[in-house]
Amino acid sequence: MIKKRLLALSLHIDIYLTLSLLSLMLFGLYILYSASNQNSIILQQQLMHFAVGFMMFFLFACPTPILYRRWAMGIYSISLLLLVAVLLVGHTGKGAERWLNLGLFRVQPSEFMKLALPIFLSAYCHAKPLPLHIRSLLLCSVITLVPVFLIVKQPDLSTGILLIIAAGSVLLLAGISMRLLSIGAGFLIISVPLIWHFLHDYQKQRVLTFFNPERDPLGAGYHIIQSKIAIGSGGLFGKGWLNGTQSHLHFLPEHATDFIFGVCGEEFGFVGSLFLIALFMSIIFRGLYITAFAQDTFSRLLAGSITITFFMSFFINVGMVTGLLPVMGVPLPLISYGGSSIVTWMASFGILMSIQTHRTLITA
Amino acid sequence: MLKRTIIKNHLQEIRLIRDRCLVVLVIMSTLIVLLIGRLGFLQVMRHHFYSTLSQKNWLDLIPIEPARGLIYDRHGYVLADNVAVFSLDMIREQANNIPQTIRALQSIIPLSEIELLQFQRKLKMSHRFDDIPLKIRLSETEVARFYENQYRFPGFRITPRLMRHYPFNQTFSHVLGYEGRITLDELKTTDPANYSASNYMGKTGIEQFYETDLHGTVGYLQAESNANGQVVRVLKEIKPHPGKNITLTLDSQLQQVAEKAFAGLQGAAVAIQPNTGQILAMVSEPTYDPNAFVLGISNRDYHALQSATEHPLYDRALHGLYPMASTVKPYIALEWLDNKDVDPNFSIADHGWFQLPNSEHRFHDWKPGGHGTVHLHEAIMSSCDTYFFTIAHRTGMEPINHVLNEFGYSQPTGIDLKNEPKGIVASPEWKRRVKKLKWYEGDTLISTIGQGYMQATPLQLAQAVATLAMRGTQFTPHLLLKEEEKDKPPIFYSTTPKKIIQLNHNESWQFVINAMQDVIASPHGTGYLHFGHDAPYSIAAKTGTAQIHTITHRDKNGKSQEEGAPQYLRDHTLFVAFAPVDHPQIAIAVIAENSKQAGHIARLILDYYLTPKASA
Repeated sequence: MIKKRLLALSLHIDIYLTLSLLSLMLFGLYILYSASNQNSIILQQQLMHFAVGFMMFFLFACPTPILYRRWAMGIYSISLLLLVAVLLVGHTGKGAERWLNLGLFRVQPSEFMKLALPIFLSAYCHAKPLPLHIRSLLLCSVITLVPVFLIVKQPDLSTGILLIIAAGSVLLLAGISMRLLSIGAGFLIISVPLIWHFLHDYQKQRVLTFFNPERDPLGAGYHIIQSKIAIGSGGLFGKGWLNGTQSHLHFLPEHATDFIFGVCGEEFGFVGSLFLIALFMSIIFRGLYITAFAQDTFSRLLAGSITITFFMSFFINVGMVTGLLPVMGVPLPLISYGGSSIVTWMASFGILMSIQTHRTLITA
Repeated sequence: MLKRTIIKNHLQEIRLIRDRCLVVLVIMSTLIVLLIGRLGFLQVMRHHFYSTLSQKNWLDLIPIEPARGLIYDRHGYVLADNVAVFSLDMIREQANNIPQTIRALQSIIPLSEIELLQFQRKLKMSHRFDDIPLKIRLSETEVARFYENQYRFPGFRITPRLMRHYPFNQTFSHVLGYEGRITLDELKTTDPANYSASNYMGKTGIEQFYETDLHGTVGYLQAESNANGQVVRVLKEIKPHPGKNITLTLDSQLQQVAEKAFAGLQGAAVAIQPNTGQILAMVSEPTYDPNAFVLGISNRDYHALQSATEHPLYDRALHGLYPMASTVKPYIALEWLDNKDVDPNFSIADHGWFQLPNSEHRFHDWKPGGHGTVHLHEAIMSSCDTYFFTIAHRTGMEPINHVLNEFGYSQPTGIDLKNEPKGIVASPEWKRRVKKLKWYEGDTLISTIGQGYMQATPLQLAQAVATLAMRGTQFTPHLLLKEEEKDKPPIFYSTTPKKIIQLNHNESWQFVINAMQDVIASPHGTGYLHFGHDAPYSIAAKTGTAQIHTITHRDKNGKSQEEGAPQYLRDHTLFVAFAPVDHPQIAIAVIAENSKQAGHIARLILDYYLTPKASA
């Protein structure tokens, strides 16, 4: 019995996805070693994050998609409760209340929600005929916007945006009509002044600075200017590993976390950046493949959402570091230093792997 | 419609999701192409631009101030050196809450109001990474106290720096000048690269004239610095080239003797080596301490110096314009004699005054009642005004102007100091041009005794008498003896005569010089009493008395009102001399303002220079 379970566990590994993730992480460690000024403690901690991440990866691969679908309501409700809790008794880190102290360790409920929301939405859409009816769409919006509101209030705008992307990707795949999509887009444009009104000062600064970084070269624009200098000065082949002046002399801010792509661009140049993009794309293509060949609607929607959100996190981060997008606190997934993002992503990929590896078992 | 909501069409759903996956793939590909395009733009097309910016970020050129050249006297005594001082500086980048930190600092290091004021001013003018000095000279205990409490003063540090120091304090202040902070105006005229590390430059005197030599060439540190402006690694160092060391012709001991000789009187003295033009001493009294200017003099102190009635900042030896008075007589006599305008045997009967034809006005001799029978020799010896009036009336201004210009009056001597005035040799042409007035015969008379419009600097007086000592060979008075550049042999100032005055009759020199010897040696000589006839060396001299105020004009009885006049209205006395007569080693000009002491001062200076020194 036990032997059979272990065997099953071993079968729940998707070799292609695991290897892609592993190579991206190795390259990430290589960059982080330089970005952290060869700080071995940071490297060890990141390795710890990876270890925990892989544990989650394999753990989340075990339950069948059917189980996730059944638990969807529960996962969502608990995550929502935790979000409310963090607003009431949360711990402040970097000016935002995001942490919940559970005695042994601190958790960020918004990370749970990143998993819970697409699971719940996919499960909801699974039960409905597709494309979704307008009434179901409105319900989906409520399911999405309640946690988004709670998270943006922390304030954590970037996670809120990622949640909207995750929810939006589910709905996009679920066949929301192009007409509704354009209406939604129009609605969004109209609401921009409203949203602007609710933004925090530092968020307004970031947006303003995005449109004109030279507006405040030593303040908010400094990040964008310095990261563009870092990437641009890298040239075709880069300055070489550990030779980036922008990062090592601290001109590039947040060079181990949000702006780590700048280090890659500076030290490995255009070629290195393309290599990193290729590593990301290999994971994303695998994700799309899993999506396309998943066996039920729930699996398809969930896998698609995870893949699209992963892609968008990557795109938003690189876009912001290269000055295409305003500065949002979105880390480069699996590369930036930081535990919670890595663990959440590895758990998501675990679900992706579960969808892939339980395929045959279900039909059998 | 209702049916469609109930029945789930799995095949259609699969197709729908796969279609949407395709849409997503297309969107993703577009975004990736956008990203790659962006990276290509930044890293390939604009690489050069960002590469330059990056280099500007981390590559710092830190200028290093060259050590300023030292100044020595002719015997090797240091007149201006650089001493290491510890200054308390603020590094702007690292300092926060400046007022509070300064208040905390004040509890362990006393800060004057001026220091705080200057600090505030510099704070406004300085750049982001500049160090701003708060207190320039810290005592050892202050340095120790600072280090004990350093953690309390973020952004403040103690920097050792070289500071100009003048060991002789006030003795050489006028001729050496001083070094002071570079002003904004001066910054515009100097080479910004070479002065990028310099805060000080020569303001007056030698320090100003030889600024380019003394300053040296700036060095550079090519350094890698981080975002805080701190140097992480030095890549390349181009050492500064120190300024040239300058040796002056001045004799510091003679200068001190001359300074002391004035004993609180105002005036100036210039001593020249006649056969080279080297200036041995150049004194202007009263004086001031140049070290105060290096530290940054307070506005109040500077104002006090500037507005003092004695004008201590004023270099009388170089800039002071005085009537030459009777010191012009030997030169005029020389001209007349050489032109055969006057025969040595010709004499006048002096009753104490001279009257122009058709005029009631009497031009009085300085000596009431006159000198009796006067030949040219006595006229020089006892400075007989009546004799000179008589001859001048006969010959006119022409020869007087000629000889005075020949001896260097009314033109800068060419000394190595800045802003030397020309002085005035009055002439009909000059009066018409400058004063827009007609020349009267009376003008000729007062000009012949060096009064009226006549003006000369003590330096010009010394140059003229040195030329006389050399029997017509004139050297440019100069202060530079040699310059020494690092790793190079010293360069000596080359001495060549500026001019040689040719006379028709060479014996005329001796006649005048003999008469000048009798100024001291004869009991009737004007220097007999004040200089003293017991000097152990031969000396030729001439005295002068410059009337500075109309009140000192004689009253109707020909009696001087001098005795009762207040100090500042009393006549200046002048004394020019050279010694020994046959092989002149020193020529000197002394002016004592509102005092009769010029001869006495000259005596003290010459005695020191010409008597063999007791072995120390």
